Amino acid sequence: MTVEQVRADVQAYLKANWDPNLGLVEWRLKLMDSGWGMPHWPEKWYGRGLPLGMTSIVDEEFAKVGAVGVAKMGIRVLAAATILEHGTDHHKEKFLRGILTGEETWCQLFSEPGSGSDLAGAATRADLKDGKWIINGQKVWTTSAHHAHYGLLLARTDWDAVKHKGLSYFILDMHQPGVDVHQLKQMNGHASFNQVFLTEAVIEPEYQVAELGEGWKVATTTLMNERRGADSARKYDSASERLERIYEEERAEIATVMAPYTWYPQRMGRVDMLIDRAKALGKFDDPATRQEIAKVLTLAKSAEWTARRARAASAAGKPQGPEGSIGKLAASIVARAANLAHTTIAGPDAMLTGDDDGTEGVVAEILVSTPAISIAGGTDEIQRNIISERILKMPKEMRTDTDRPFRDVPRNQV
Amino acid sequence: MQFSFSEEQEEFRSMLRRFLEAKSPPSAVRAQMVTDQGYDPDVWASLAGELGVTALHIPEEYGGAGFGVSELAIAAEEMGRALLCAPFFASTVMAATAIINAGSDDQKRTLLPDLASGDVIATLAAAEPGGGWAPDQIKMTATKAGDGYTLTGAKSYVLDGMNAGRIVIAANAPGGGIALFTAAADGQGVSRTALKSMDPTRKLARIDFDAAPVELLGDAAAGAEAYAKTMDVMLTCLANEMNGGAERLREDALEYVSMRMQFGRSIASFQTTKHKAADMLLDVELSKAAGYSAASALDDDDPDARAVASLAKAAASEAYFQTAVHAVQMHGGIGFTFDNDTHLWFKRAKQSEAFLGDANLHRERMMQHWGTEA
Repeated sequence: MTVEQVRADVQAYLKANWDPNLGLVEWRLKLMDSGWGMPHWPEKWYGRGLPLGMTSIVDEEFAKVGAVGVAKMGIRVLAAATILEHGTDHHKEKFLRGILTGEETWCQLFSEPGSGSDLAGAATRADLKDGKWIINGQKVWTTSAHHAHYGLLLARTDWDAVKHKGLSYFILDMHQPGVDVHQLKQMNGHASFNQVFLTEAVIEPEYQVAELGEGWKVATTTLMNERRGADSARKYDSASERLERIYEEERAEIATVMAPYTWYPQRMGRVDMLIDRAKALGKFDDPATRQEIAKVLTLAKSAEWTARRARAASAAGKPQGPEGSIGKLAASIVARAANLAHTTIAGPDAMLTGDDDGTEGVVAEILVSTPAISIAGGTDEIQRNIISERILKMPKEMRTDTDRPFRDVPRNQV
Repeated sequence: MQFSFSEEQEEFRSMLRRFLEAKSPPSAVRAQMVTDQGYDPDVWASLAGELGVTALHIPEEYGGAGFGVSELAIAAEEMGRALLCAPFFASTVMAATAIINAGSDDQKRTLLPDLASGDVIATLAAAEPGGGWAPDQIKMTATKAGDGYTLTGAKSYVLDGMNAGRIVIAANAPGGGIALFTAAADGQGVSRTALKSMDPTRKLARIDFDAAPVELLGDAAAGAEAYAKTMDVMLTCLANEMNGGAERLREDALEYVSMRMQFGRSIASFQTTKHKAADMLLDVELSKAAGYSAASALDDDDPDARAVASLAKAAASEAYFQTAVHAVQMHGGIGFTFDNDTHLWFKRAKQSEAFLGDANLHRERMMQHWGTEA
C-alpha cells in the first residue's frame, strides 16, 4: 500500500460518506465499519492494518474536509490499546465498540495513596471468592472516574509472590455498589481527579486480562501508550466552531473531557504571558525583572529547541539521543522559573487571587499550580533516575523490595 | 531553523574529532599552555591545510570554502571539546568575520586569502581595560589624519594578541558610532604586552596605540551593524565552543564516578551522584540546542538571530561553569589537583563566562530584541 494509494482511498471514502449532518455516534459507527477511524488497527477490529506511520496521512485528509474521527480522547485510547494487545476476543467484542463511538468512558485504576512513583507496590487486593473476584482497596488520581463506565484495574492477587509477579489486571464495571468515587480537591482549588474506594467490588472472572500474575506486564502496555499519546492527545483539545449537528455533539464531548484541565496551561508556567504582563504593569524597564524574564525565556526556548531536535532526529530515522528524554524534567524547571518571574512582575498583587489579582485569577493560578508539573506523570526524581540509568547507564538503585514475598516488603499503612 | 545536521556536517564533525583526539589530547594541551606562543604551529598548519578550518566561512571569491556559521560552530564545538590551543577563534571566528562583514571588496580581496590559508593570524581588539565588548563600552575614538585615520589608547583582553600579524580594531568613528579599522600588528605606534591569562590555553594581550595609522574597513556608517553581526557570529561560535567543553567535562566526570568505589560500592550508584549527572546532561543538552539554533538562525538570516546568539552565550556561560563545578565535585579531592585535567576545562569555562560579555549582559541584549518584537 503506497502513501498515494492510501491518500486516494481515504479521499474517496470521505467524498462518498462524510456528512456533517449525521449524528456523532451514527457517523462513528460508519467510520468503524470502514476501518478509517483507526486505520492502523487490524482489519478484524475496526481497522485497516496500515502501518502506524500512515495514520498521519489519514488524519490530514480528515482535517482537510473537517471530518470528525472516532472517539480518541482520554483514557479510552489506553484502554483500547491494552485490550487490543492483551484482551480476549470477548473483551474486544464487548468493549471496543463503545470506546470508539464515545458512548462509554474509561478510567485507569493504577495509582494508590500508598504507591505513587512505586506503582508496582499496589496493594489493592483481588481475592477469588465463590468464582468471582472481590476487590478491596483505594485508588487515587483517577481522571474521569466520576463518569467512567469501566476502569482498568491493577490489583494484587498473590501476596507470596515477589512484587511485580503478584499483580493481575482486570476490567472493573464502575457502576456497582462496591465502587465509591470522590473528587480529590487540589491545592489550586480545582478537582480534576478522583479517589476511588473499592469495597467488596465484584469482577466476573471473564474480565481478567491476560494470565494471573501478568498484571504488571499489561500495565506496562497501558503506560507506554500513555507516554506515546501524550503528544497526540493535545491535538484534540480544541473543537471545531462549525455549526452542523455533528460538530455540536463533538463540542459537547470535548467540553466534558477537557473541563478538568482548564488549569493545565497554568501549571506549565505561562511563559507566553511574561513580557506582556511586565509591560502592562510598568515593570519592563526594571533591569532585575528583565533578567528574570530573560532567564525563563532562555530555558523555555532551549527546551523547545531540544524537543525539536528530538523530533527532527526521529523524523530522519536517526537513533534518538538524550534530547528525547529530558523534556519532562526541563518542563519542571521552566515552570518553576516562570512562577518566580510572574511573582516578581506581579509584586504585591501576587498576594491576591480570583478577580482581585488583575488577571481574573490566571496569574494566581500559575503561582499555585506549577508544583504539579514536577510530580504528575513521573516525578522529577523518577525522571532523573530514568535519565541516569537508561541514558547515562549508571547503576540501578539498590532495592530491598524485589527479593522477597510482597507481604514482607515494608509499605505504607493506609 | 534547522534542528538536525546534514550527513556532510556529521562527517565533518567526526573527521575533526578524530584529528583533535590525535593532536590535542590533554598532554598536548599541557605542553602548549606553558609556552608563550601557546599553540603548535604544525597542528595549526594541518588544521589550515589538510582540514581547511581556517577557510570555512570565508566566501570562495576570497579564498575560502564558502560554508556557513553552522560549520564554523561545529569546528568551534569540537575544538572546545578538545581544548585545542590554537588561534582559530581569534583569527577565523573574530578577525575574518569582522573583515567579511565590514570590508570593501578590495579589502576582502587583499586581507582574507591569507587568513583563509592560515598563513596570517589575525585578531579583533574591541574591549578596553576594565571595559567590555558592548558598543557603549568602547570609548576609543579614531582621529582623521589626512586621507586615513589614527588610533590612540589601549585595547585589552585581546585574544592571541601576541600571535597576531594583523589586528582588526573596533573603535568609534570621528563622527561617532562604532567602525572597524585594521593595522599590521607590528605597525607604527602599535605596542603589545602579554597579559597573564587565567586560562593558560587562551592567551590574552593588551595593545597600546599611539597615534597609530589604521585603515578603515569599508564604510564608517555601516560599521556599527558590521560589528553587531560579527558579535553575533562570535557569540554563537563561543557558545558552541563552550558547549563542546561542557560536554567533555560531563562525560569525563561520568566516567570517573563510574570507576570510583567508596563504601564498598560504585559512587555512581549513589542517587545523589546520579541525579547530579542527570542535571548535568540537562544543562548541557539545553545549552547545545541553543548553540545550534543560533548558528542555524544566522545561516537563515532569521530576524531573531541576534537575540538567539545572545541567548546561546548566556545559556553556555551558565551551563559550562555549572558543569565545571559539578565535574570538580564529582572527582572529589583529586579534582582539585593540578595533575587531574578537570581544571584545564574549568579555567576555560571561567574565562569564557566573561569573554565577549557575561550572561547578564547577553540576557539584556536578548531582551532588547524580544522586548520590542514581542
